[in-house]
Amino acid sequence: MIKPAMNPVYRRRLWIHRVGIALSFFAMAIGLFFLMWILLTLIVKGVGGIDLAIFTQSTPAPGSEGGGLMNAIIGSLLMVGAAVFISTPIGILAGIYLAEYGEVSWFAQITRFVTDIMLSAPSIVIGLFIYAIYVANVHHFSGWAGSFAMSLIAIPVVVRTTDNMLNLVPTSLREAAFALGAPRWKVATSVRLRAVKAGIVTGVLLSIARISGETAPLLFTALNNQFYSANMNAPMANLPVVIYQFAMSPYDNWRTLAWGGALLVTFSVLGLNILSRTLFHQKIQH
Amino acid sequence: MNALSDRVSHDGHIFSNALKATMRKQRLQDFFFHKLTFFFALSVLLVLMGIVASLMIGAWPALHEFGLPFVTSIEWDPVNDKYGALIAIFGTLVTSFIALLIAFPVSFGIALFLTEICPAWLKRPLGTAVELLAGVPSIIYGMWGMFIFAPIFAEYIQPALANTLGELPVIGELFKGPMMGIGMLTAGLILAIMIIPFIASVMRDVFETVPQVLKESAYALGCTKWEVVRNIVLPYTRIGVVGAVMLGLGRALGETMAITFVIGNAHTLSWSLFAAGNSIASTLANEFAEADSVLHVSSLYALGLILFVITFIVLTAAKLMLMGMARKEGKK
Repeated sequence: MIKPAMNPVYRRRLWIHRVGIALSFFAMAIGLFFLMWILLTLIVKGVGGIDLAIFTQSTPAPGSEGGGLMNAIIGSLLMVGAAVFISTPIGILAGIYLAEYGEVSWFAQITRFVTDIMLSAPSIVIGLFIYAIYVANVHHFSGWAGSFAMSLIAIPVVVRTTDNMLNLVPTSLREAAFALGAPRWKVATSVRLRAVKAGIVTGVLLSIARISGETAPLLFTALNNQFYSANMNAPMANLPVVIYQFAMSPYDNWRTLAWGGALLVTFSVLGLNILSRTLFHQKIQH
Repeated sequence: MNALSDRVSHDGHIFSNALKATMRKQRLQDFFFHKLTFFFALSVLLVLMGIVASLMIGAWPALHEFGLPFVTSIEWDPVNDKYGALIAIFGTLVTSFIALLIAFPVSFGIALFLTEICPAWLKRPLGTAVELLAGVPSIIYGMWGMFIFAPIFAEYIQPALANTLGELPVIGELFKGPMMGIGMLTAGLILAIMIIPFIASVMRDVFETVPQVLKESAYALGCTKWEVVRNIVLPYTRIGVVGAVMLGLGRALGETMAITFVIGNAHTLSWSLFAAGNSIASTLANEFAEADSVLHVSSLYALGLILFVITFIVLTAAKLMLMGMARKEGKK
C-alpha cells in the first residue's frame, strides 16, 4: 500500500492546503490586530482625558485651559433622543406594513430594496438633503435639523429589523389569532409584534448605536455650539462634531478632550451593540 | 326585553346588534391602521425621491453654468467661481479602489476562517469581535489614522515603498513624492480597515449558505479543506462574493470622516499615491458650511448628487447580486 505522505501529488495538494489555511489565519490575525490596536489607542489616549470635569464643564474657548464636554454630551443625548422618538414609531409601523400587509407584493419588494439601499447611503448626502429642505428654508441651523437627519439614518435600520423579526413569527400563531376573531391590526400588534418584542428592541438599540457615532450628517444641520444650550431650535453642541473640530486643532487641551470624547462615544456604541446582542440571544434561548 | 333585542337583530340574523357594532368599529380600525402603516412604508420611497429631487434642484445652477464639462474639469477656484468635479471624483474612486484591493483578500480570509476553519467554541467570540469592529464610529478611524497611523506610515512604510516599488518603471510613478504620511494611499488604507469587517460579515453569511451535503461529499472524496473551498464553496457563492464586495464599495464611496482626516484636502490631481487629494465626501465636509457664492454651494450640491448616483448604482447592483444568491438558496 502506498503511504499517502509519499505520494508527490498528495504532498503538493497538502502544501497548497496548508498555505491557504495559513493565509486565512493571517487574514484573521490582521483583522484582530487592527481592532486591538485601535481600541488600545483609544483607551490609552482617551483615559487621560476623562475626568469629572468632562461631565460638568462646557467646551473651552480656543486657548483657554481645562473645560469639559458637558454641553456636547447633553446635546448629543437630546438629539439622539429626539431622533429615536421620531424614527422608532415610523420604522416599526413601516416594518409592520411590510410584514403584515405588503408581504411579497411588488410595492413591498421595492420598499425593502430601497430601505436596504438607504441603509448604506452616504450619510453626508442625508445631511445635505436635510439642509436643502429644512435648514435653508428656516435660515438657521438647529438641533431639530440634526435629529431629522439622524432619524433618516435610523429609520431604515428599524424597518429592516422589524420586518425580519415579524417574519420569524410562525404562521400558526397568526392564524390562531385570526381564528379567535381578532381584527387584523390587533393580530399585527398584540400578537405578532409582542412575540418578537426583544428583537424589535434590538433593532432600536442598533439604530441608536448607528446614529450616535455619525458625524457627517450633523456637520451642516446642527452645526455646533460652544456653550451649553438646551434649545433644540438653535445650533446644538454634539459630541461627534466637537471631536472632529477639537482633534484637528492645535490646542493640547482640545485634543485631549477630543480623545476623551472619542472614548466615550466608542464605548457607548460598543456597549449598545453588545447589549442588543446579549438581549437578542437571551430571548432566542427562551 | 332590552337584553333580548341586544342579542337578536331585527332581521333575525345570527349577528346581534352589539356584535355588528363591534365588527364595524374593528373594520374602521383596520382601515386606519392599514392606511397609517402604508403611509409610513411609502415615506421611505418618498424620502429617496426627495433626496434625488432636492439634490438636483440644488445642483441646477452649477450644472446649467458649467454643463457636462463640470464632470471632467479639474478647476476648483472659489475666488474666481470656477468649479469642476474631476478631482473629487478621482479621489473618491482611487481611495475606494485601494480600499477594496486590500479589503477583499483580508475579508475573504476572515470569512473563510470563521466559517470553515474556526473551532466551534471560538466562532461566537471571534464573530462578535469582527462585528464590533464594524460598529466603531468612522471618526475614530480618522483620528487613529491621523495621529497614530500616519506618522508610522511616513517614517517606515512610505520610504520602504518608495525604495522598492518606487524604482519600478511604470508603477514607480505611484510611489514618488513627499512622504507626509497623509494622502490618498493612507486614506485608502484606513478605508480598507474600515470596510473589512463589513465585507467579512456579509461574506460569512454568503459562505454559510453552501449546503453542508455538498461540502461533506467533497470531503468524502478525499478533498483537502482548501480544495473544498476552492472547488465547492467559491463557485457556489461567486455571485454573493461579488455582491458583498460591491456592498463594501458602496460604503467606501460614501465614507466621510475616516477619509477627511487623512486625505490632505488638497485640490490637486497627481499620479502619486503619496500626494494629498480630495474626495467628494471630504470636499463637502470641509467646504459646505462656509461656502457662500451661489455657484460654490451649487457645485457642492452637484458633487453630492454625483456621489449619490454612483453609490445608488453600486448598491443596486450589489443588492441584485445578493438577491440572486438568496434565490439560489431557495429563500425567495
